[in-house]
Amino acid sequence: MPLIMIIYYVICIFLIAILLWNFIKEKKSVNDMLLYLLVLIPLILRLLRVK
Amino acid sequence: MMKENKMPRIQLIKRVLLVVFAAATINGGMELYKHRHYQLPIVAGPGVTSVKMLSEYCEGIEGTMADTHVFFLEGNEPGGKTLIMSDTHSNEPAALLANLIFLENAVVEKGTLIIIPMFNHSGSRNTRPGDGYPLYFEIPTDWGSKKFRMGNRDASWLDQWPDPDVYIHYPDRQLLSFIDVRNTNRTWPGRPDGPLMERVTYAAMQLIREEKVDIAVDVHGAETMFPVTNCIVAPEKSMRIATMASLTVKAREKFDNHVEPSPSGFRGLSHREIGDYSDAMPFLLEAPIPFLDQPTGPKTEALLLDGKDPFLLSLSKKGKLFVPYDETGWPIAKRVGQHCSVIQEIIRQFTKKFPEKAISVQNVPKYADVVKNGVGYYYHNPDSTDKKSVYFN
Repeated sequence: MPLIMIIYYVICIFLIAILLWNFIKEKKSVNDMLLYLLVLIPLILRLLRVK
Repeated sequence: MMKENKMPRIQLIKRVLLVVFAAATINGGMELYKHRHYQLPIVAGPGVTSVKMLSEYCEGIEGTMADTHVFFLEGNEPGGKTLIMSDTHSNEPAALLANLIFLENAVVEKGTLIIIPMFNHSGSRNTRPGDGYPLYFEIPTDWGSKKFRMGNRDASWLDQWPDPDVYIHYPDRQLLSFIDVRNTNRTWPGRPDGPLMERVTYAAMQLIREEKVDIAVDVHGAETMFPVTNCIVAPEKSMRIATMASLTVKAREKFDNHVEPSPSGFRGLSHREIGDYSDAMPFLLEAPIPFLDQPTGPKTEALLLDGKDPFLLSLSKKGKLFVPYDETGWPIAKRVGQHCSVIQEIIRQFTKKFPEKAISVQNVPKYADVVKNGVGYYYHNPDSTDKKSVYFN
């Protein structure tokens, strides 16, 4: 796997961590919670090399 | 007195959302994972004499999802060599289906037939996000149905990443769409150390040069609203044979397949670069595929296989299509049959022009046979075939 692809996966993990952190910290807006999770789906599928 | 353990409402919503998220991700992810890893059994017919991997011609694709099988069908007598490639665009399945008919049935008497069924192997394991493509399609046969992956036009991002802002074609430096860096009909002639799809086309170029291929046929499908459809695309060096093949199938087999000249200023296409970078004569075959047209109903398996669509029918009546279109649509048997006949006619015309490089291929059906019997009639049951003759691709 080329280096740039590995860097991409590291960025992917970082974004997943930020989104999960925001989801956990969100106390009021259900819309925001939903959006965090929706954005997570393609990132998780990419990290697991599914899509 | 018992202590009340009441979960805040927001926490309850959060948990419900997490469950829904997990279910959607796992369910959708499993479908996509299964599609990417589904193995299509390919039966090597009686004419197959050896099988190689494409990586034997460029080690840069070895061990990647881009590596794919190459089947050799050598005749008893020496002669010319023909390469047939399908799944250059894996969302144009008539090409693969026609190529498999050759692979499972052809017997070569003179010369050699080289078959690459899934040229863009990574693309065949990809899907098109947003367009709602079916993940699979099935072809009915006498022994059940044969299930195929429905691939995408381009290689998967999982195998080649990142995309550039603009794809700069090698070696001509023509600026192409960024997405074409994963399109194996824009990356010819390729290079051994370029992006993965350039390595795939480089491997094919090396195969063509090392094996001294005379005819290279790249089989495709194109929209009915696209002018370059239902045709043979040929550069100057292949034009005479393409024209003779087109006229002959029209006269003998009663279907149209006109000739389009390969533009010299549009780089990266097989019908241009193979001819310019080797001694082979390239041909690119297009059969109509209504499924790929934009103004259609849902992209279902039925539309893929029968090509019937009310919106295209309406457009046809307004003269907006480049092929004849009526209530019968464009059934897959018709498209596959056309490919079978045109390939055989190209080989026949080449043999007439270069008798010292004759290629004789027997036992492959023509257009009328495929339309009459259906595509599945020509496929063998992998479960009742000697396992040594079954390859998974």
